[in-house]
Amino acid sequence: MTEPLLDTQLLEVNLGPQHPSTHGVFRMQALLDGETIVKLKPVMGYLHRNHEQLGEGMTYIASFPFTDRLDYFCAMTNNLGLALAIEQLAGGIEVPERAQYIRVIMSELTRLVNHTAVIGFLLNDMGAFGTPLLYAFREREKILDLFEMASGSRMMCNYIRPGGVREDVPEGFLERASRIVAEYPRFLDEFEALLTQNEIIRQRAQHVGVLSKELAINASITGPMLRASGVDYDIRKVDGYGIYPRFAFRIPLGTVGDVYDRYYVRILEMRESVAILQQALKEIPPGPSISPKGLQLVKSPRTFRPPKGAEAYGRIESPKGELGFFLASDGSPQPYRYHVRAPSFINLTVLEDLCLGHKVADVIIILGSIDIVMGEVDR
Amino acid sequence: MDQLFVVLKSSVVQLAGRWLPEGALPFVSMGLTIAAIAAAAPVIMMYLTWLERKIIARMQNRLGPNRVGLYGLAQPLADGLKMLIKEDIVPEGADRLVHSLAPVVAVVPALLVFAVLPFGRNMIAADLNVGLLYFLAVSSISSYAIFMGGWASRNKFSLLGAMRGVAQIISYEVPSVLSIVVVIMVAGTLSMGGIVEAQAARWFVFTPWGFVAALIFFLSGVAEVNRTPFDMPEAESEIVAGFHTEYSGMKFALWYMAEFLEAFAISAFTVTLFLGGWQGPAIPLWWVLFGSVCLVATARTIPTVLRVLGVVACVGSGVVAYLANEAVPSWAWFLAKTYGLVFVLVWFRGTLPRLRVDQLMGLAWKFFLPLTLINIASAALWVAMPGPSGGVLAGALLILSGWWLIRLNNPAPLQPRTYLFVE
Amino acid sequence: MIGIGVLKGLWVTLREFLGTYPAGRWLLTRLGASTGQGLFTIEYPEVKQQHAERHRVFPFLVYDASPDNLRCVACKICEQECPPQCIHIVGPAKDEQGRPLKAHGRTFPVKFDIDVSICMSCRICVDVCPFDAIEMDNAHELSGFDRFAEMVYTKEQLLKSNEYFQQIKPTEASVVDQRLAAKAAKTAMPPQPAASP
Repeated sequence: MTEPLLDTQLLEVNLGPQHPSTHGVFRMQALLDGETIVKLKPVMGYLHRNHEQLGEGMTYIASFPFTDRLDYFCAMTNNLGLALAIEQLAGGIEVPERAQYIRVIMSELTRLVNHTAVIGFLLNDMGAFGTPLLYAFREREKILDLFEMASGSRMMCNYIRPGGVREDVPEGFLERASRIVAEYPRFLDEFEALLTQNEIIRQRAQHVGVLSKELAINASITGPMLRASGVDYDIRKVDGYGIYPRFAFRIPLGTVGDVYDRYYVRILEMRESVAILQQALKEIPPGPSISPKGLQLVKSPRTFRPPKGAEAYGRIESPKGELGFFLASDGSPQPYRYHVRAPSFINLTVLEDLCLGHKVADVIIILGSIDIVMGEVDR
Repeated sequence: MDQLFVVLKSSVVQLAGRWLPEGALPFVSMGLTIAAIAAAAPVIMMYLTWLERKIIARMQNRLGPNRVGLYGLAQPLADGLKMLIKEDIVPEGADRLVHSLAPVVAVVPALLVFAVLPFGRNMIAADLNVGLLYFLAVSSISSYAIFMGGWASRNKFSLLGAMRGVAQIISYEVPSVLSIVVVIMVAGTLSMGGIVEAQAARWFVFTPWGFVAALIFFLSGVAEVNRTPFDMPEAESEIVAGFHTEYSGMKFALWYMAEFLEAFAISAFTVTLFLGGWQGPAIPLWWVLFGSVCLVATARTIPTVLRVLGVVACVGSGVVAYLANEAVPSWAWFLAKTYGLVFVLVWFRGTLPRLRVDQLMGLAWKFFLPLTLINIASAALWVAMPGPSGGVLAGALLILSGWWLIRLNNPAPLQPRTYLFVE
Repeated sequence: MIGIGVLKGLWVTLREFLGTYPAGRWLLTRLGASTGQGLFTIEYPEVKQQHAERHRVFPFLVYDASPDNLRCVACKICEQECPPQCIHIVGPAKDEQGRPLKAHGRTFPVKFDIDVSICMSCRICVDVCPFDAIEMDNAHELSGFDRFAEMVYTKEQLLKSNEYFQQIKPTEASVVDQRLAAKAAKTAMPPQPAASP
């Protein structure tokens, strides 16, 4: 083998933790050969806040405000995950019909909120100086105002409880939600006109960060990232939790599994969410919004003592993937062990495999397409 | 009105002739021009930043700066003050001399090119007969500045950014120069004033070769000044700020000024070379002044008293312009066209994501360069065969080759994708 | 890089740009295009955002008619259930012998402090209070300069009247008032005569 004519050195670079584009405090130690990545090591833990240990010191219900802050874009779905786990732990708490519909409405609105934000941030990483991001946030604002109407807070909702939802939606909520959902496809069309056919985006995002089906399944990837690689696995269809089996919606699957596929699968998922929302907003029945056992839990959290040795794992399809809550009880009002299976954390483990051979500019885009929130990664 | 500044300058020079000897008068005249440009350039740069912030904000459905002064017009002053009073940080271990020299080396060429810009009829600072060559030579010095800045900062990100920047600038010099060759061929002169006058019959942009050359020159210019979609060297989301990461305070202000002055210069040169410079149809001035009455009257943020005064001023000046039978002055045309192109630059920045380094270079070498060479051939056809036959041949050649190059550069994998839906 | 997609994107932003000006909107309607969303900015502080009724920021203690008729009996359930532990209660007030003092027939707290910088606005204290004594306020301009003097609200600063509650949150206040009236009616009912054997 001939010696290379030019003696070069590999450059070791630290991307982050203070960086405008790493979606929070996240560090990547990269070894570069010119502009190409030779090795990449993600370093996490800068936002660790002892969420799980705090949960061991508080009652089950008192953990709900802290779950809001896990994946701070999707507060409602985090609450739903914990509520499902507690319902399982208690051996099944009944949830009234209206509450089920409200839960579905809130989950799908959260999916819309999260996906628009992710696409906005992905485009921001690509360099579109904020415009798609601000359009996405403009639409988010309308949905966040809806959350404020129902729960009192725009992002840290603390709304869904085991047994239903903490309070029924106020008057005017359903009409306003129907109006926003009716206008959403027009915004999606405009957004797509700005982005999907744009040659620059296609050139930057296609065939970058390709994730093969086998690697995705082996690395426990879930969520839109998995579906973009072509694997048909959506917990709303697999588990059918809540009343999801009643709604007709499709699962979009990608073919190549690159950044462009992950971006486009999210846009298609948003359209499906709009379809679910339209059905749910039409069919929602009147009725109680929480069952009596749930109401008792809200008013006196300390009365909930699951039997010693009981364990439960409640999982949902959060906008980022499979969000799971594991609870193990020892007979007292506080859990013995409380663990959160965070989708962003697990999806982040394949970052090195996706980035090898690509350039520095691509690393940022690949990270943006994995859709991480450091609150969830570090808990 | 058209020759206002020329008349002003000559009267001041005559006034100085009373006290100074004859031989000093050319220096006084030159000194006045230099002072005018040196005073106007920072103002242009400051209000260019204001314009960029307001336009991008409006594209994003929000107001831009509007707290500091009416419409945010004092915002650039506040920004300038902030940059002046900031602490000047030089990283430890950095090469102090080169670090301090780099912004200066960036700003000086940006200012020097203003010497050959024809701002209006008889309003060029130095009508060199090799004006175009001077422009091309001086504007290439910016690549030195970028590399000096990146290297002297002792920062890996800056070095990455500087290397990308230099590669980009050098690559885009080639299509930029080659696209101007057609202008020289047809105008027959390198002097800026001469090129503007050669467009008296028809602006070069309205010819097939001129249109292509204008596009390529403009886009290469955008790449030369490191603006989106070609702003890889200062990509904020990847390498923080590229070659000017380690600069703060006045030095950063100088980099910033260099970037905006160059952006203005590129727009101004495109206007001069292709869009007819300071020429424009002979529209009477009072149309413009009466038209601005509507704008002033409906501006809700200005208090009513000022609005009334503004309307009176516009109407009064319109009447005066009507009586004097003035046309819109040449420097107003020049500025209007240049700011139109600046709007296009800002529009690009607000909409498009950036290209990756290798894609950027691919565009320069594989698309722009062949197209400029074919463009030269097509301009030669135009000159050799005057009349419609030459025009049609030239246009056909360009359309065919352009289409073929686009096909060549968009490889097969970028086909539309299919997505499966599962129930 | 060259293609129609880029031009379509440029048209979208131009449309949004023009749509923020009245003249631009006129031009767009003449061209038959949509006029974009217009300006979305709310110019604070001249214009303030309208919050929903349920907007919750910081708790306050409710009193009926006069501040010493507060509903709180110092049961300390909210202090126990508060997730970030930001409530500090000293009470109920006792006399020298250690017997609880009563005002309007109820015990009352001596000190009731909530720390503004620790409170998460989660509303759990309101959910668990058996006496509807604590409710969420929606005033959010709570900045101060001093960490402990201004950022820890004492009982006097937290006490607000029921009329204030009805003014900021009419629906929720009416639900609470109905509940309290029903409870009062039940306790005021004369005891049933014992069934005769």
